[in-house]
Amino acid sequence: MTAKLTHPTRRALLKSAAGAALATPFLSIRAAAETVNLSMLAWYGHAEPDVVGEFEELHNVKFIPKYYTGGDNMLGLIAQSPPGTYDVILSDAEYVQQLNAAGYIEELDPNDYAFDDFFPEFQRFPGHWKDGKLYSVITRFGFLGISYNAEVLSESDAASYNIFGDSRLTGKLGHFDWHLPNLGQISLLNGNPDPFDLSDEAWQQVQDSTMALRGQVGGFFDYGGTFSSLKNGQMTAFAGIGDWITGVLEKNGANVRTAIPEEGGLQWTESFSIGKGSRNQEMARKWIQYITSPEGQAKSADMAAYPALIPNKKGWVQLNDANPAEAKRQNMVLGSRNAIDLIREGRIKYRQLPVQQSLEDWNDFWSDYKGA
Amino acid sequence: MNTRPSLFSLTFSLPLLIWQLAFFLFPLAFLVALSFWTVRNFQMQPDFDTVNWVKIYSRSVFWDAYFRTLLLASASAVLISLTAFPASYAISFKLGENAKRWMIFVLIIPFFTSYLVRVYSLQVFLSDAGILNAFLGYLGLGPYSMLNNSFGTLTGYATLCLPLVILLQVFSLNFVNRDLVEAAHNMRCGRLRTVLEVIIPSAKAGLVIAGLFAFILSFGDFVSPLYLGGGNPPTLSIMITDITKSGQQWPRAAVVALTMIATLLTVAFAAIKFAYREAGK
Repeated sequence: MTAKLTHPTRRALLKSAAGAALATPFLSIRAAAETVNLSMLAWYGHAEPDVVGEFEELHNVKFIPKYYTGGDNMLGLIAQSPPGTYDVILSDAEYVQQLNAAGYIEELDPNDYAFDDFFPEFQRFPGHWKDGKLYSVITRFGFLGISYNAEVLSESDAASYNIFGDSRLTGKLGHFDWHLPNLGQISLLNGNPDPFDLSDEAWQQVQDSTMALRGQVGGFFDYGGTFSSLKNGQMTAFAGIGDWITGVLEKNGANVRTAIPEEGGLQWTESFSIGKGSRNQEMARKWIQYITSPEGQAKSADMAAYPALIPNKKGWVQLNDANPAEAKRQNMVLGSRNAIDLIREGRIKYRQLPVQQSLEDWNDFWSDYKGA
Repeated sequence: MNTRPSLFSLTFSLPLLIWQLAFFLFPLAFLVALSFWTVRNFQMQPDFDTVNWVKIYSRSVFWDAYFRTLLLASASAVLISLTAFPASYAISFKLGENAKRWMIFVLIIPFFTSYLVRVYSLQVFLSDAGILNAFLGYLGLGPYSMLNNSFGTLTGYATLCLPLVILLQVFSLNFVNRDLVEAAHNMRCGRLRTVLEVIIPSAKAGLVIAGLFAFILSFGDFVSPLYLGGGNPPTLSIMITDITKSGQQWPRAAVVALTMIATLLTVAFAAIKFAYREAGK
């Protein structure tokens, strides 16, 4: 048999060559006719094989990702491209309203998506709906608290934002370089019930409390810098981040974690929308259905780039079956005290854009703080 | 005399001219125009409004960053020039031809790897629990804070500039007339005085231009202040990225960029004028 394959007779060779030649056009026609290129505008990691691989194979789709860093960057990219450039758009909750106001996203049909499987808190997420119409479907979320090096600080140390002023953190407190989560946490420390809806007086107090921490700060870091300075122990604690950073490090063996202090934590929320004028709306809809299904949700929770909590209750069940360790690590075990209880106890506030001040005021203060 | 340029000279000079026009002058003109545009709802709109200039120039945080960057880049130029000179002097005056060639080769090697990679790996050396502090710990010293401060930033600048500055200094010292050195010695001029009064003045143009390169590269560098300085406090290059990140304010970033370009041009012209000034004039 091997001899036949390595030294085929003339007839066998002709036969297989002819067969291959006849079959080739069918293969390429099939492939060309069905592969859909789906463009995705998202944070890094959302269109990587560990998340989209199975869907790509299932529906003969190829994702064309465009990754952004931050909501402003995302809005800028959409503003500068012709309508229909992006089929699916992943956005943080506070920017969905702006996407909608600018007319960048399509209205969605709520019946297309399995909202009944979601925890009640996430069935009508604020900002995703406007005048009873749906514009974006929540896919994942996470909490921001005090991220710390567990070799230096204990869990009880990290039980209050007051630890940021502790002498052990002088020169060892890192900031993720974005004003919204950092100032929101200081606002929680100041006891504001809604950390982003601040009177001028409360806003001034947040600025004063923040400025008082300036001497503690060891640096202002981007995504990569945050990772490395937590990993090599250069920073002992971080403000403005959560398990989306420490979870990745923890899974790689670093002794760092995130605690939600008694003053409360913030929640970031990601959702998918369909870009206005997209030519692949059918496939975009299928993608959102997939990523919010139990299978898609379990993948999303354990995404390699950064892990997250998931809003689909059936997704929790799936995750607990497929990956119980990760479900436990992220506190997503049904029947015990879990992440949803934190929300129900009122300890988690949604991250939002400032309500009474302009975004520019917050920006300006943040650059003053950095330069001080 | 034929005043028309020959086809031969045009073939060689035109590409450079076109390159400069296409990739320096036109973008610069665009940057000037851009600085008068306005941003509404994250979209830039052609406009003629001085709001960006007023906004940036009226903020003290900009001027703090400006003078900080100027100071860091000047310190970088001076410190790197001083550090480089003994090495360049030894390579140019003390080594044989073969050793000299090897040293020049060794100085070119750092350019084989990306600057970003070199800076990232320096974090391993400079961090509080890093290699340098571990070594100093054996000697009963430290630990010293070397990362996320100006020391870190300057170390990064040296990584970027030191090999280039040594190379430029070596080439200018190689052109110093050896007869002058011998004449100075014959007239009983001491070693140090020969260096200060004969060698440095003869190589002045090259030494100043080497320092100028260190200034220019450091002034605009983004990588070292961010990854070794921890953005703490920020320099102008970090400020530019901050401004573009918050609200897509490219026109305001253009104002900062134009201020940087104007500063660099002023410093470069002044340095070159100083470098080629005849003694006594």
